[in-house]
Amino acid sequence: MPAQTSKPKRSLAALLLVLLPIILFLLSFLLGRYPVEPVTVIKVIASQFLPIAQDWPPVVGSVVLDVRLPRVLAAMVVGGGLAIAGACYQGVFRNPLVSPFTLGVSAGAGFGAAVAILLFGERYATQACAFVFGLLAVAICFAMNRFFRLNSTIALVLGGVIVGSLFTALLSLLKYVADPNSKLPVIEFWLLGSLSSVSTADLVPVLVVTIPCVAALLALRWRLNLLAMGDEQARIMGVEVARLRLAMILLSTLIAASAVSISGIIGWVGLVIPHFARILVGPDFRRLLPATLSLGACYLLVIDDVARTVTAAEVPLGILTALIGAPVFMLLLGRGRLGWA
Amino acid sequence: MILSATDLGFSYAGRAMPVFSGTGLDVAAGEVVCVLGPNGVGKSTLLRCLAGLAAPSAGTVRLEGQPIASLSRAAIARLLALVPQSYETVFAFSVRTVVEMGRAPHLGLLDAPGEEAARMTRDALATLGIAHLIDAAYSEISGGERQLVQIARVLVQAPKLMILDEPTAHLDFANQARFLALVRRLAASGLAVIFTTHAPDHALALADRTLVMSPGHPPELGATGEILTEAVLSRAYGVPIRLIRAGGHVACVAEIETG
Repeated sequence: MPAQTSKPKRSLAALLLVLLPIILFLLSFLLGRYPVEPVTVIKVIASQFLPIAQDWPPVVGSVVLDVRLPRVLAAMVVGGGLAIAGACYQGVFRNPLVSPFTLGVSAGAGFGAAVAILLFGERYATQACAFVFGLLAVAICFAMNRFFRLNSTIALVLGGVIVGSLFTALLSLLKYVADPNSKLPVIEFWLLGSLSSVSTADLVPVLVVTIPCVAALLALRWRLNLLAMGDEQARIMGVEVARLRLAMILLSTLIAASAVSISGIIGWVGLVIPHFARILVGPDFRRLLPATLSLGACYLLVIDDVARTVTAAEVPLGILTALIGAPVFMLLLGRGRLGWA
Repeated sequence: MILSATDLGFSYAGRAMPVFSGTGLDVAAGEVVCVLGPNGVGKSTLLRCLAGLAAPSAGTVRLEGQPIASLSRAAIARLLALVPQSYETVFAFSVRTVVEMGRAPHLGLLDAPGEEAARMTRDALATLGIAHLIDAAYSEISGGERQLVQIARVLVQAPKLMILDEPTAHLDFANQARFLALVRRLAASGLAVIFTTHAPDHALALADRTLVMSPGHPPELGATGEILTEAVLSRAYGVPIRLIRAGGHVACVAEIETG
């Protein structure tokens, strides 16, 4: 069977991958307890850039810009970010079971968040600590690799398992000593993942980190093909493997850590969306990375829309991503080509 | 000289016995050099040292006069390319994607292959007679076809020296003959070639010079016709070997008693 799909089919897929996030973005503003007209949504958003006379009640403007906009953007940034970071990790490690959390980002971030909840109980501190400890976990992995002069990606992945379980154990210790009536539920809820209280102020630092890193990954995406051929092949083709691999891991880790810092632990997206994208557009990273970005953003946006509309008490995203996603992807897995040899 | 190696030796860390030592080799444009020797004598390791993929424990390799250790990977890749014995991908990349990657050392960090690479890819696949495989998945073609695809990638990479580790290992009889003719053609156009093989016949048919590596003996380098005597071959492989000449061809036969 050919590895490449036909040209018209490919351009149709490309068009869909561009249009779908835009359509879902606009539709998501219509969802929620306070009804807003589609035309009003477009006018409110456009009024931020264009001189449009305000003919809507102030509360509508506030619902659209202060409540729904940060949440919709956060879902897209977190979903797209985790997915593209996952695709990058899978290429660098040449392993379909790898996700952006493989080197311990999520375990580190979970511990960091718990520390902040216990010590400060303040949201910005939680976000900052989650981000810093997420990066720290990966840094420990690399330091371990360097210290023991292990030069293989397998050793790095194993290091991730070790560092991950270390931080998970430390997190369990914190949960054990946390006040079960006030602090423990906060920690647990953070770990399950949610975007229910995201504000523009929370979102800004995430965007500042994520946008340049995603842009850099997209710019370097053909080089990921070379890296995915394996160290020796890449070297033969003139690639400084260690440097490029470090850059790729650094960029995707920054993306994953900033995503987790705002959303909590939302697993699954970074593991499965890259596989789904590979079924759609094939394994070439030139098409795969933009496709994962778009699909990840759409997927988490839809999941978050479901989370905030279906039930009054929001179901955490970490639960929903798998609960809704698993059957869908089970179906796809059975029908599609995975793009792995 | 495109490549010159002097007094190369290689030993694995912690082991006293070197894999090989005292190996010297130089290759000029358009020259074909064969490396012969039994299994485990260090042929692949030697090639990896020559390509700068393994660091020799003694001696130096120079590319166009510059020590290979002082060159960037991209500079090395513009001068030489190595085709390993076998190669498996993890991803089901198309043949086109794999061959285009050969342009990497000629492109900037943020560049991707464009029209020129696409044209070179089509030409290279046509040269090797596998144009029909361009959209096939590399992981789904045969071992021999993969080897041809790897060589197509070398053509796209356009180095001055091509190093091939057992290039005929996966090829059928006709493709072996075609391959030898192709190497001769490439050499005639100025490409230097170093290759290993388990078929002394191929050295006799193709190589200007041959390096014979035998266990326990210093390596011997010389014009193929002069160095590949029955005595040298018999010693290298440890079995009696006879050369049979007929109609301008030389064939190599091992005489092992079957009784």
